[in-house]
Amino acid sequence: MEEGVVNEILQGPLRDVFDSKQLITDISGSGNNWAVGHKVFGRLYQEQILEKLRKSAEHCDCLQCFFIIHSMGGGTGSGLGTFLLKVLEDEFPEVYRFVTSVYPSGEDDVITSPYNSILAMKELNEHADCVLPIDNQSLFDIISKIDLMVNSGKLGTTIKPKSLVTSSAGALKKQHQKPFDAMNNIVANLLLNLTSSARFEGSLNMDLNEISMNLVPFPQLHYLVSSLTPLYTLADVNIPTRRLDQMFSDAFSKDHQLIRADPKHSLYLACALMVRGNVQVSDLRRNIERLKPSLQFISWNQEGWKTSLCSVPPVGHSHSLLALANNTCVKPTFMELRERFMRLYKKKAHLHHYLQIEGMEESCFMEAVSSLSTLIEEYNQLDATRSMPVEDLPRLSVAV
Amino acid sequence: MSIVTVQLGQCGNQIGFEVFDALYSDSHCPQGLCSKRENEVYQASCKERFFSEEENGVPIARAVLVDMEPKVINQTLSKAAQSGRWKYGQHSCFCQKQGSGNNWAYGYSVHGPRHEESIMNLIQKEVEKCDCLSGFFIIMSMAGGTGSGLGAFVTQNLQDHYSNSLKMNQIIWPYGTGEVIVQNYNSILTLSHLYRSSDALLVHENDAVHKICAKLMNIKQISFSDINQVLAHQLGSVFQPTYSMEGSYHYRRNPLGELMENLVPHPEFKMLGIRNIPQMSENSLAYSTFTWAGLLKHLRQMLISNSKMEEGIDWQVRPPLSRLPTLGKVSLNRELHFNTSIANLVILRGKDVHSADLGGFKDPALYTSWLAPVNAFNVWKTQRAFSKYEKSAALVSNSQFLLKPLDTIVGKAWNMFASKAYIHQYTKFGIEEEDFLDSFTLLEQVVASYCNL
Repeated sequence: MEEGVVNEILQGPLRDVFDSKQLITDISGSGNNWAVGHKVFGRLYQEQILEKLRKSAEHCDCLQCFFIIHSMGGGTGSGLGTFLLKVLEDEFPEVYRFVTSVYPSGEDDVITSPYNSILAMKELNEHADCVLPIDNQSLFDIISKIDLMVNSGKLGTTIKPKSLVTSSAGALKKQHQKPFDAMNNIVANLLLNLTSSARFEGSLNMDLNEISMNLVPFPQLHYLVSSLTPLYTLADVNIPTRRLDQMFSDAFSKDHQLIRADPKHSLYLACALMVRGNVQVSDLRRNIERLKPSLQFISWNQEGWKTSLCSVPPVGHSHSLLALANNTCVKPTFMELRERFMRLYKKKAHLHHYLQIEGMEESCFMEAVSSLSTLIEEYNQLDATRSMPVEDLPRLSVAV
Repeated sequence: MSIVTVQLGQCGNQIGFEVFDALYSDSHCPQGLCSKRENEVYQASCKERFFSEEENGVPIARAVLVDMEPKVINQTLSKAAQSGRWKYGQHSCFCQKQGSGNNWAYGYSVHGPRHEESIMNLIQKEVEKCDCLSGFFIIMSMAGGTGSGLGAFVTQNLQDHYSNSLKMNQIIWPYGTGEVIVQNYNSILTLSHLYRSSDALLVHENDAVHKICAKLMNIKQISFSDINQVLAHQLGSVFQPTYSMEGSYHYRRNPLGELMENLVPHPEFKMLGIRNIPQMSENSLAYSTFTWAGLLKHLRQMLISNSKMEEGIDWQVRPPLSRLPTLGKVSLNRELHFNTSIANLVILRGKDVHSADLGGFKDPALYTSWLAPVNAFNVWKTQRAFSKYEKSAALVSNSQFLLKPLDTIVGKAWNMFASKAYIHQYTKFGIEEEDFLDSFTLLEQVVASYCNL
């Protein structure tokens, strides 16, 4: 809802990739206000957005899913973004809605980000098929780690700085305090790996609709923690099996998660491994067997793995792995968000900016918090089953 | 008589390719270890069964390829065409864009009815090319969405439209430690539906074939291609031509029909397993010699002890004394892990095949009481060797082979069902909890029946 970013893209090296008719911009932005994004701009631009969407959809032989990429803490991405979700659900009910959401971290510079996030969460709960939460702090930590590796140069290994992951060739801005381009690059890689099996051939393909089918056991629990390896590439092309196995181990370490979470010490509901490159089914099976004992899976899904093998690796790497987990470790993130929200809300700080928008009332806030609380409670109940012994339920008995 | 193969989904198509390739390679194998005339008759028989001919002489597989997304079919078609030796028909495939999302309900309730006409038309065209149709192979996996759901739908349709022809489903049993999270749901829905509409289910277990690749073939980095090739080899060793009653130069015309007659005497017992021996890498083959006595001894023990391959056989398991009353026998069998058979078929290929002694398989102690061994056991032979093996034996068995895997899958699916996880994905497309319960009931019945043999 402001022109700066879009204009930069249109002048950058990718300008020909985007259709200039498929852009909607306004002047003043949403002022980091979810209500402005959702209620004001939503209403204003609904027709235009729908029209452009329909036009794009017409070009498709078979439309399978929408990717919504936004942040939770601001006004446009958060407000207008979630407004769009509802529109998509009404207009294209059979098309999957995948949302990549950047959650605000603790030291976020937008003061009202907790309000925006909670209000957006309610929409995500109700209208998204699958959400991949990401937070800036994790991305920043990953970038720092890569920098460390590139600059220090471990004994006996050399790092290829020109791989897809470490490349910052698209950098238009100068060095900021936070290296956003490098961080966004990681998210871009996430989306690339997610769609790799749909774009390239492989011995075990996985389409986007399979992600939702396998990783969402109950409609409300559709938040997936993602982790990506490798994050940098070694110059040595013939990577022996040990290194391959290391890639699998890394995917389950805290350092490689795109959101601050610790899946290893929480409860897994389901897990998907999307492998790219020269990896075969035996490598996959060996690593699953190796890692399984250290992970806790819910009683009714003890062997809950979804796997895919794509033959084409990403540029600059010989193979890569994307792990998506439906895990109760997202609970702390949500609880923290709720905490920050309550701190602001108790003081009624900045509330008037929202309430002055037509259609916003205090009840909107209360509903949003209660939606989040219900979600957290669901995760709590699942966690509670962890300590219970795994028993096989009595089967149907039949007369022979 | 000809067999038309319907390949469904990624698994079905990838395997189908390997099967036709194996059949072709074997029938054009220069060795054969028999006279030229014998070889020619063998080739002709294989050709009639599995291939039709084009004007320029390139054999065309009698197959229909179905998938709900285009990548695999395109790959399969081009691999076949590139080989230059055989290919698929140009218009023998049906393909969509969006896939089935690993959802049995989507494959069965959405894709099925939507594309019924197109798919059945394709099959009809292929059937018309046959002088005489013996039946259908339907190659499908149980874990995914297309193979399993659409496969079940197509089998039902074949039941309705071609009620005089036989249907054998080649089912791929998924790895125990998931390939797909909802594989157990998809499996039980598939099995219960197929049990009602198919004539026989020939089961291929990924775990078993994987072990064969690892232990016997010594493959270090096992790919799906390796697994599919072993599977194709097993299938070929059963369905390549064998002598009819008249012996040399005369090949059996209707293996599918005779197999069904021999092995599926009762509709409650449709699950067949395959074992074959020997299975080894080409390097090892050069240093090995075989005798029929040795091969058959191992094969028999593989049957009795429910071993999946010729390594690691439990030689302690022995058939029980047949003097015991039926009830005592059942419980004793369970203790000894003895695998009771309903019927067995052994196929022998190679040198001096007529000297092979199959007495061990005719022992009544191996079988249930309701079929006399003379009816329960059959053997097919040919002197023409199969693939690279101077002597090879295959066993197709209707026995308790699949009791444990079936029981395991039903158990896991039941546990998941109790928590209602993922059910909303199925009810979205018209498969209700009722349907799940029906499937469970049917399969528990099958488990109990096999258990009480």
